[in-house]
Amino acid sequence: MRALLSRDLRLAVRAGGGFGLGLAFFLIVVVLVPFGVGPETAILARIAPGILWVAALLAALLSLDRIFALDHEDGSLPLLATAPLPLEMLALAKALAHWITTGLPLVVAAPLLGILLHLPGTAMPWLLVSLALGTPALSLIGTFGAALTVGLRRGGLLLSLIVLPLYVPVLIFGAEAARRGAEGLPATTPLLLLAGIGLGCAALLPFATAAALRVTLR
Amino acid sequence: MPVLTDVSFRLAPGQGLVLRGANGIGKTTLLRTVAGLQPPLSGRVEGAGERAGYASHADGIKPALTVTETLQFWADLYRSDLSEEVFDLFDLTDLRDRPAGTLSAGQGRRLGLARLAVISREVLLLDEPTVSLDAFSVKRFATFLRDHHLARGGIAVIATHIDLGLDLPEMDLTPYRAAPEARGGSDEAFL
Repeated sequence: MRALLSRDLRLAVRAGGGFGLGLAFFLIVVVLVPFGVGPETAILARIAPGILWVAALLAALLSLDRIFALDHEDGSLPLLATAPLPLEMLALAKALAHWITTGLPLVVAAPLLGILLHLPGTAMPWLLVSLALGTPALSLIGTFGAALTVGLRRGGLLLSLIVLPLYVPVLIFGAEAARRGAEGLPATTPLLLLAGIGLGCAALLPFATAAALRVTLR
Repeated sequence: MPVLTDVSFRLAPGQGLVLRGANGIGKTTLLRTVAGLQPPLSGRVEGAGERAGYASHADGIKPALTVTETLQFWADLYRSDLSEEVFDLFDLTDLRDRPAGTLSAGQGRRLGLARLAVISREVLLLDEPTVSLDAFSVKRFATFLRDHHLARGGIAVIATHIDLGLDLPEMDLTPYRAAPEARGGSDEAFL
């Protein structure tokens, strides 16, 4: 599993790997918001948690179709599937690689962009924790969607339609935790639910992803 | 939808089998089934599974990785060692630091086949392994199969149209073709 993970990370940072694409997208969306809603600090501060979460979600979505599509095109996928690595571990490694290349940079960059949106300083830790807990779930759900749509023409569009509704609970609890943090309310409950979703995804979705891959590989 | 019916063969260590038949007869389907990529409609495959290494007509080469990195990845994934011998066997010594994306079709194919020497599986399932190889490379590959795989008790099932010069038993799949009615009518084909 470590071999596959390091290969995917290496591929992501080399030329044409698309590393930083999601981060750049996140940056641009967040920077565009003040142009759209105006520069009043009160309004921006109020919508900042939601904006940051929606932007992070869209940025994660952007690179999902690459998770399996590239391996499918060049024929690596059947070779990986016949390797001694169980498909469930393959799914987990792919999700982890996606999180490290997409989710982790978003978590790190979010507080910086929070400043642009006048997010109060007290909310920063909550935003950081909610994104750190929520983005792995985004990668795991996305990997499942990618496995379902690999090999389909226009699969990317279908992938968004499948994955976005599944992202809703993560978005609700993630943004809620960040909002409560911003208003100085206790945010433990949404964070616990978010952690629960993340753990549930990590426990169940690799199996679902492997099952989907078995069908799409036929 | 059945493609082939009543296919049966058994191979002992050190034996190879060449699958023959026209395009579309089901050579790839048979190999994928033995490799475990798709389940047989009925019947069973014994002894392959964990011991099998599969190679399709696509090599699964990542343009951004070098030749050495590619082979090292497969060695790590299969928990085996990458020996110098592999580079010699497939004439890749001068290419080891080249990004795989800059290789020619034949060189890429040699890299894809070198993977088979790295993963050291007892049962090799090879789908058109010699596509885009020149005569010299075909000979090298045949030597690898004979001296490094079959001679060491390996098994190989090879779908190919050319003569590898290995004097292996051949199986023509034409008689095993599923009857048209078993394949389903044209209405069913779109269901």
